Amino acid sequence: MDQLIQQFFNIDIMMRAWPTIMRGLGVTLLICCAVIPLGLAGGLIAALASTARSRWLRWPAVALVDLFRAIPPLVLLIFVYAGLPFTGIQLSPFVAVTVAFLLNNSAYYGEVFRAGLISIGKGQAEAARSTGLTQRQTLVHVILPQAIRNVLPDLISNTVEVVKLTSLASVVSLGELLHAADLARSVTYNASPLTLAAGVYLVLIWPVVRLLSRYQRRISV
Amino acid sequence: MSKTTIRPAVNKPDQQNGATAPAKGRPTLEVIGLKKSFGTVEVLKNVSLSVAKSEMVFVLGRSGSGKSTMLRCCNRLEEPDSGDILLEGEQITGRGVNLDKVRRRIGMVFQSFNLYPHLDARRNVTLALRKVLKQSRDEADTRAAAALARVGLADKAGNYPSQLSGGQQQRVAIARAIALEPAVMLFDEPTSALDPELVGDVLGVMRELKQDGMTMLVVSHEMAFAREAADRVVFMADGHIVEQGPPEDIFTNPQHDSTRAFLSRYSYGQ
Ligand SMILES: Nc1ncnc2c1ncn2[C@@H]1O[C@H](COP(=O)(O)OP(=O)(O)OP(=O)(O)O)[C@@H](O)[C@H]1O
Ligand SMILES: [Mg+2]
Repeated sequence: MDQLIQQFFNIDIMMRAWPTIMRGLGVTLLICCAVIPLGLAGGLIAALASTARSRWLRWPAVALVDLFRAIPPLVLLIFVYAGLPFTGIQLSPFVAVTVAFLLNNSAYYGEVFRAGLISIGKGQAEAARSTGLTQRQTLVHVILPQAIRNVLPDLISNTVEVVKLTSLASVVSLGELLHAADLARSVTYNASPLTLAAGVYLVLIWPVVRLLSRYQRRISV
Repeated sequence: MSKTTIRPAVNKPDQQNGATAPAKGRPTLEVIGLKKSFGTVEVLKNVSLSVAKSEMVFVLGRSGSGKSTMLRCCNRLEEPDSGDILLEGEQITGRGVNLDKVRRRIGMVFQSFNLYPHLDARRNVTLALRKVLKQSRDEADTRAAAALARVGLADKAGNYPSQLSGGQQQRVAIARAIALEPAVMLFDEPTSALDPELVGDVLGVMRELKQDGMTMLVVSHEMAFAREAADRVVFMADGHIVEQGPPEDIFTNPQHDSTRAFLSRYSYGQ
């Protein structure tokens, strides 16, 4: 028992790892700040394209979304980071992570947005267009606000997944939270930094998860 | 709500069965030789119809006869295959037409209301005023208040559609359309999704619009109302207009078999 506490809950070691871990948290948040807004934008574009009337827009969009949903994000990341250099494209770890997660994320956000868009009956667009609103105005003021509200819980869950996904960045030695913790572990020969990192993830994600299930309970009533 | 008895119906002396051009002035809405197919099904087979200024024209016909399709072609929610549609003499079919500009002059009221559920009644009305007519917030609010007052809902401006009865929702939808001061209003079965006790309010609003001189093309099965308020009744069957004329003539002396069959079926309800 003592040994367990010594190995996993060693306060002393946690204190020493604290600055490293906080730097890692900074990188994690930085990845999130890049990948979440870009992924939301990419997802919206994917959703609009995959629900477009023109099949020349629809088919490629659907194919790409399927592709990037099917490829495991770790495989995608390693491919972008270690595969692309063979074509002469050498990306920094941060850019590689952003690109790989952006592709993965746009596909997932895209599916969520698409579900939202098709949940809005076509009477809404017809009513809006009948008053002279343009297609764009109809989308922005009538369709999207309703579509987003209908899929808000899914958008939030997907965002939680993105935060967890960032831990994969440790495989390309980007010093995010998990990588920082693992570094501290290897220096101290003690697992406590990992416990600390788990705690930080928990603090980061738990309130969102809590909020989400409260919201879901409220709308299911 | 005042009754209509004081006012004689307009246009009556000039109307003849099958006439498409009213005697005085240019029609507000003119449909000429309209054809429309869905796939291999020909839904509209050469439909011609005109609606004079301030006229209320009722369109009757069995389910599937093409009434909605014709109405929806008038603001090009449905794209006609051929034929011309003129709004105040101006061609609105064809390629070069700015549809968004045309549509703001044609109000439409739907069977299922189609209010924006995320906006309250006021903002349902102001959205197009702000975005299409580019009015300031104050202008739009003032105009919306007037439109809502006209449909008897001045005190419901802050209610969301889910907080309104069906009849109230439909009246907000009418307010949304009339706020743009359209040249003509299209109604597609405006009361058929309503509980019977709420129908009267909506018809009352339509009656008042007519008194104020609004031009209206109405698809509806409210026979008693058609008889009382319409200037002309048009009967559609199988993608054609088979008969039209003043309501009294159509209801008491229908010429066409399908009109007779239709009326005898509907008169039970009256
Ligand atoms: N978008 C569409 N695609 C294919 N067929 C359609 C479409 N819209 C209408 N139709 C068909 O066209 C015909 C006429 O439909 P329309 O809605 O105009 O009839 P209606 O007279 O309004 O009938 P109702 O009284 O039931 O509303 C019907 O057979 C219908 O199935
Ligand atoms: Mg119909």
